[in-house]
Amino acid sequence: MRLLELYRLMRRIRAFEDAAEEASQGGVAAWGLAAAAKPARVRGPLHLSTGQEAVAAGVCLNLAREDLLTSTHRGHGHTLAKGADPTRMMCELFGRANGTNQGKGGSMHIADFSVGMLGANGVVAAGIPIATGAAQALKIRGLPHVVACFFGDGAANRGPFLEGLNWAQVYQLPVLFVCEDNRISATTPTAPMTAGEGVSARAEALGLRALKVDGNDARAVDTAAATLLGAVRAGQGPRLLHAVTYRFKGHVSVDPGNYRDAAEVEAAKRNDPLLVTRGQLLAAGVAAAAIDAIDRDALGEIERALAAAEAAPWPEASAAYDDVMNSGAGVWR
Amino acid sequence: MSGSPLSYAQAALLALQQAMQADATVVALGEDLGRGGVFGQYRGLQQEFGPQRVIDTPISEANIMGAAVGMALTGLRPVVEMRVIDFALCAMDEIVNQAAKNRFMFGGQGRVPLVARMPIGIWSASAAQHSQSLEAWFAHLPGVAVVCPATPQDNFSLLKASLACGDPVVYMEHKELWGLQGEVDPTLELLLGRANTVRRGNDLTLVTWSRGLAPTLLALELDGLKGVSVEVIDLRTLWPWDQTAVFESAARTGRLLVVHEAVQVAGFGAEVAARTAEATGCRIARLGAPRIPVGYAQVLENESRLSPEKIAAAALHLLGTAR
Repeated sequence: MRLLELYRLMRRIRAFEDAAEEASQGGVAAWGLAAAAKPARVRGPLHLSTGQEAVAAGVCLNLAREDLLTSTHRGHGHTLAKGADPTRMMCELFGRANGTNQGKGGSMHIADFSVGMLGANGVVAAGIPIATGAAQALKIRGLPHVVACFFGDGAANRGPFLEGLNWAQVYQLPVLFVCEDNRISATTPTAPMTAGEGVSARAEALGLRALKVDGNDARAVDTAAATLLGAVRAGQGPRLLHAVTYRFKGHVSVDPGNYRDAAEVEAAKRNDPLLVTRGQLLAAGVAAAAIDAIDRDALGEIERALAAAEAAPWPEASAAYDDVMNSGAGVWR
Repeated sequence: MSGSPLSYAQAALLALQQAMQADATVVALGEDLGRGGVFGQYRGLQQEFGPQRVIDTPISEANIMGAAVGMALTGLRPVVEMRVIDFALCAMDEIVNQAAKNRFMFGGQGRVPLVARMPIGIWSASAAQHSQSLEAWFAHLPGVAVVCPATPQDNFSLLKASLACGDPVVYMEHKELWGLQGEVDPTLELLLGRANTVRRGNDLTLVTWSRGLAPTLLALELDGLKGVSVEVIDLRTLWPWDQTAVFESAARTGRLLVVHEAVQVAGFGAEVAARTAEATGCRIARLGAPRIPVGYAQVLENESRLSPEKIAAAALHLLGTAR
């Protein structure tokens, strides 16, 4: 059942994000908070997609393994939904040698090329040009796959958004642009910083067809993504999906996010995408016990990933010199 | 070994044409390529290989470079035309954060074999925003090779080597060299990181690259330097750079002068000088442009230009100092 698949994927992402959040406390000194005296298990900035899982799940359930994906700094959900192994992902967050990136990227650069996930990115909107080039290469090479390009609402105010959408439309490239609109740019609400009618209108001004959906309703995201990807796969050029959601947590995991109105956050949590889909499952006659079993399975999977990450080996210091470049390798000064 | 005379631009064109004939994954993208490129260095390629492989792009430098990264990750070997280095500054995130770091930060999952052509240098009274030599910026950047050919032969052989090396390469042709004629042996293969000792000598080592080579050779013909035994090394690539050749020479001559058109302050000459001093203890001097933007009027532009006279004066000053 499609709705169960969506729910399972969202629950796995939520379990991953909750575990990563807990392991990261004290990991970075920001927002007036000091780093913990004892180093956190997950060091550095951790950008959580908690509350935004329906967008990752609804889009990625429509992607094949050979399809490609570019992501943002808030990319755990996209990576997991594209098919990455949560244990190797957690190992990467823990900085271990058997992480997806061998401990060289961490949360902000998580990637799994083996499932077509071409990387989270520390720079807002940076995935957009890369996605257009990947799509152009697929087209030039005559391959039937497509690219899903995730970006946030803040990215629509950066130049590469205009350059990339124009580019994809000019060359009629197989890209689905997905604006995962969590309504906030770091700590600043995006709407008052954005002129005009928003991301869909900007896309339509360039001739890209766009759909706007409730990004907390996985079923709606799934349906819209299927429609748009159908057109992209049929060679009709790029499309844009504008999925409006809400970021439950702060900008990074140690950010309490208290610059937002508490009532707004509480209202958003009543619209938790997991609750939305759970309600749809119950209405469709799925037994509560079956849904609870999915929850338990997801928690168990992530507990095992955590335990594996704790036990995993650190990289050798010498690995810092691997995979820099071919030319001149061995001479570092 | 027979060669045919080609211009610096034609040499690069021939190298790219041969690479595209040999490998269907080599593509080129940038502004105006369908009309041969602004300097004619792509002339005829779109007619031969079609608009899908020689791609006319919008004026979108960030997307040109970013798309090349995506192409490289998806099985192509793109040649990126940035027109002049000054415009590549619109694509700095894509070069510095995306192309250069991709392989490392994703743990070796991907490779970014692209050649980003960013012509440098003073050219045709083009003033402050079309005349810069920013090679040191990229020499400072882990993950990229930096190539600065000075002759038609090197522009042929080093472009081929850059296309083959598998790394992102910042490929810096000099805009005033496009018309330079020289013999080109298409069978000559070069490796990145090997300098060219253009002239042997025992009294002074003179290291330069790109547009610095021609006035350096002219300086040796001036009266003051006639009879002085000067070794001239064209570095050819700034990363990797040929430390072996430079250290050996400087240890032998005891004096090193580094000459480049780029601004002297924090230029790559400082790196060559410091490393060579550490390795050999030789006397050191540098000659680069003053830290001023390139001016438009000839008299202003000349302040930023190298000349045989300036190079000879710097060499004689160094020769006059105690060993």
